[in-house]
Amino acid sequence: MNFKNLKEYLAWLYYQYLLITGIYVLEPWEKSIFNSILFSAIAMVIYTSYVFVPIHVRLALEFFSGIFGDHSSFS
Amino acid sequence: MTESPATKPTDGEVCQRVKNGLKPERNGLVKSLHRCHEREHKHHCHPEEEEVHSDSHHGSLYSRPFIESFEETPMLVAVLTYMGYGILTIFGYLRDFLRHWKIERCHIAREREVQKDFVPLYQDFENFYTRNLYMRIRDNWNRPICSVPGAKMDLMERASHDYNWTFEYTGRVVQDVINLGSYNYLGFAENTGPCADSAAEVTMKYGVGVASTRQETGNLDRHEEMEKLVAKFLGVESAMAFGMGFATNSMNIPALAGKGCLILSDELNHASLVLGARLSGSIIRVFKHNNMQSLEKLLREAIVHGQPRTHRPWKKILIVVEGIYSMEGSIVHLPEVIALKKHYRAYLYLDEAHSIGALGPRGRGVVDYFGLDPCDVDVMMGTFTKSFGAAGGYIAGKRELIEYLRSHSHSAVYATSMSPPVVEQIITSMKCIMGEDGTAIGRERVRQLAENTVYFRKRLREMGFIIYGNNDSPVIPMMLYMPAKIGAFGREMLKRNIGVVVVGFPATPIIESRARFCISAAHTKDMLNRALSVISEVGDLLQLKYSRHRIQPSLARPFDDNVYEDIDD
Repeated sequence: MNFKNLKEYLAWLYYQYLLITGIYVLEPWEKSIFNSILFSAIAMVIYTSYVFVPIHVRLALEFFSGIFGDHSSFS
Repeated sequence: MTESPATKPTDGEVCQRVKNGLKPERNGLVKSLHRCHEREHKHHCHPEEEEVHSDSHHGSLYSRPFIESFEETPMLVAVLTYMGYGILTIFGYLRDFLRHWKIERCHIAREREVQKDFVPLYQDFENFYTRNLYMRIRDNWNRPICSVPGAKMDLMERASHDYNWTFEYTGRVVQDVINLGSYNYLGFAENTGPCADSAAEVTMKYGVGVASTRQETGNLDRHEEMEKLVAKFLGVESAMAFGMGFATNSMNIPALAGKGCLILSDELNHASLVLGARLSGSIIRVFKHNNMQSLEKLLREAIVHGQPRTHRPWKKILIVVEGIYSMEGSIVHLPEVIALKKHYRAYLYLDEAHSIGALGPRGRGVVDYFGLDPCDVDVMMGTFTKSFGAAGGYIAGKRELIEYLRSHSHSAVYATSMSPPVVEQIITSMKCIMGEDGTAIGRERVRQLAENTVYFRKRLREMGFIIYGNNDSPVIPMMLYMPAKIGAFGREMLKRNIGVVVVGFPATPIIESRARFCISAAHTKDMLNRALSVISEVGDLLQLKYSRHRIQPSLARPFDDNVYEDIDD
């Protein structure tokens, strides 16, 4: 496919998304329900990973440094 | 193993075919592998899922290469297709919920309040599918045509303001749409030329209606002439014609088989054959599509074990196959079927609905295509609706068979006889194919159809589409798979002035939705090229080029005339 500009390319990508998920055949309000559910799910995943992943990483680092690391630095 | 009750057709246009058996490997993932395995001891097995039968490999059953391919569904596509159906099903349930609680108006038939304790009428899967999936893309089907459906046609423009629940006509006409959907194989669906002229002449002489059956006062000299001509065309002793192709199958099989008989039916047989077999009251066993091992196994079992419980031998064993299978584009392995039939002394019923006129060097169907003797086929059935551009069907075979059917078949006794102009169209077009009109037009059309078919299939394959079926079959199914793409493909093609038929469940297995092109001798090279470039464009837009066996486009090699080199006359 040849695209003139980014906008056209994005429109094509959205069209592919419509076709693959099958929501191409749905009515607009159904489309918006699907999109909002999907995007809010993705947003929640991103948000939770932003909030919790650093904490878990820090805890894991502390745990492993407690096992393998230098004990003197903590005591 | 008897059949479960007939699958109830939900809507005429998407269920031209009712499956008469479950297909355990229908998702296509393992189908072709099986095919190779099962055939291995008998046939050469290609690394790709192509079956090649040619004399260099084995025996003299096939005189020309017989290449059929059913490329397997890519795994990712299958998963995404199921996901799409899943999403649509969820929304279907949502809409049904809204309709049930009267939040939304229901546009379609539903259970009546007073009958709420009765057996539900609209709750099976077909109804759910019609309500919630089919209705959304209904604009792709039964669109009114307002011209002769030849190579090009005019369509009435149609619009819907309530998402396909109702349509209104704008009064405009979409002109010159290239028709890739009609079964107009030899291009005899036309309003000019010798066929139309002679039909008009006969109308002036006989009128249109006959108003009686053949047994009473509806037997015209034209009918007799047509039946003689059909018998001559097919090379058999006798033939008889019926006014409706579907009824030819569904009403004549019950006359041929009954209690104590066994019908062996291909799993992809047309709904008319399935209905006929069920009406006959015989036991039906279904063999895998075009799978001769499966057929032989069933034949052996039938002969060894006889009828269930009593173990008496079967009165008759009737093998029912089609010439070209209209949804797969495959051609029956007739030489093998005939060999099996002879070996096990069974009868063979061959439905040539799509193949008559469209196959073979002389256009005489699949028997001619393989160069076999028509007398080896016990019952030859075919239709006049497709290649001959008329209406009705025929049964041909031995004289005794036809005499028997004349007095026993329901569609011979009770049906009003065929309309004279229709009969005349059949006579004229058949004479044209036989060359009896003193021209080479018919022969030229058969050759043109073969050329168009080979060209169209080759180009589609080169573009990377998944094409099913035999290389010589003018029915060309192109896989779409995903539910949204069924609607999108039809709409996008029509936007570009190409009329196509898209097919989904229940006519096909649920994930194998497809578009089906029917090539005609009336298509010119220009039309085919235009159609191909549009298909390619839409294929890029919708990402339909699924095939993983990329074939390099060969240099534009002209069609060599020796596709049918063994023309003998």
